[in-house]
Amino acid sequence: MSRLLRLAGALAFLLILAGCFTERQNEGHRLYDANCSNCHGESGEGLRQLIPPLAGSDYLKVNRAALACLLRKGANGPMTVNGKLYQQVMPGNATLTDAEITNLLNYVQTSWGNSNEVFTIREVTEQLTGCGGSIVR
Amino acid sequence: MNLTSLRRTLGAFAFVLAGFAGLTSCADKAETADLPEQLPFVGEREIRPRADGGPADTVIATIPDFRLRNQDGQVITNATFGGKVYITDFFFATCPSICPKMQSELLRVYEKFKGDERVHFLSHTIDPAHDSIPVLRDYAQRLGIQNAARWHFATASHDSIFSLARAYMTAAQKDSTVAGGFAHSGAFALIDSQRRIRGVYDGMNPLEVERLMQELPVLLAEEKARAGK
Ligand code: HEC
Repeated sequence: MSRLLRLAGALAFLLILAGCFTERQNEGHRLYDANCSNCHGESGEGLRQLIPPLAGSDYLKVNRAALACLLRKGANGPMTVNGKLYQQVMPGNATLTDAEITNLLNYVQTSWGNSNEVFTIREVTEQLTGCGGSIVR
Repeated sequence: MNLTSLRRTLGAFAFVLAGFAGLTSCADKAETADLPEQLPFVGEREIRPRADGGPADTVIATIPDFRLRNQDGQVITNATFGGKVYITDFFFATCPSICPKMQSELLRVYEKFKGDERVHFLSHTIDPAHDSIPVLRDYAQRLGIQNAARWHFATASHDSIFSLARAYMTAAQKDSTVAGGFAHSGAFALIDSQRRIRGVYDGMNPLEVERLMQELPVLLAEEKARAGK
């Protein structure tokens, strides 16, 4: 009897673990939710004319070579995405490592219908070295 | 059952219970649909002793007088919202953290109630030094709000904005340690036609915003009954 109960308890406990703590999301997704989704939206939809979308953004293709430094340094000039002009502040991020930026960018490049070319860490480090922002740990 | 096995059984029971408690704690907290018949009065009660020494009167705190300027350059005061209910929040145009999410949640409420003339919106900038009237106008238009007929994006002196934020129970203060330079909560306050706060909602939490959208009609019904009297 008590063994059965113990088993049930253990099962319930495992269920919780599975429900609450599984690493369902890869690092890129997790970092996106933590650092970007407040502005760009959970599905990369952007916000009207205020924040440009990442889903279906032409900017991601055209400016592929500048994306790592955009994440590191941020932006605040005028910027055209899918033919619309945006001009707000996007904050940079001074602490993400090159590997984290790679995962983040690859999540963006392959989510919400995007199927853009992904990055290698090496490529990201090269881009970041160009703007003095490489962090390798 | 001897004592040890009893103890063991109890232990196992506790284990199971803990397990289920854990389960419910991570299950989605479904919003129950039972709405209050009347929305509460939020905020401090002021106790006013009566001059004749009788029992003190309890007065519900109200929003103080204010005078702001909106994105169209018009002066707005409490009278602008006379006979209306309004929802208010505090933001700034260059906010690097919660504002876009918060404003997109408020936009959801706006979209739902924009057909109802009795519901107005008031967003205060907490960075008046940067958010001039043209900046506010640009921000509003980018959000899809073409003019200030229903949704005001307003500014005033730094001090009056921050004391208003306190009055609306939405904490806002200068804080150089946080990104963007201001600490503020993403709260929405719902104000009735008598300047009283009838609800405070976390604008960063879609479930709370859902609750606001359910409770707003309760307040509107109360207002209608008052107007009919
Ligand atoms: C405070 C809001 C905010 C946050 C947080 C933010 N962005 Fe942005 N992002 C913007 C704005 C605003 C622009 C347009 C900048 C401009 O007008 O110069 C932009 C532009 C971009 C662009 C280029 C345009 C496009 O839509 O393709 C990319 C890519 C991008 N952001 C990715 C990210 C990623 C990834 C993160 C998380 C690490 C992030 N952003 C975090 C506001 C933000």
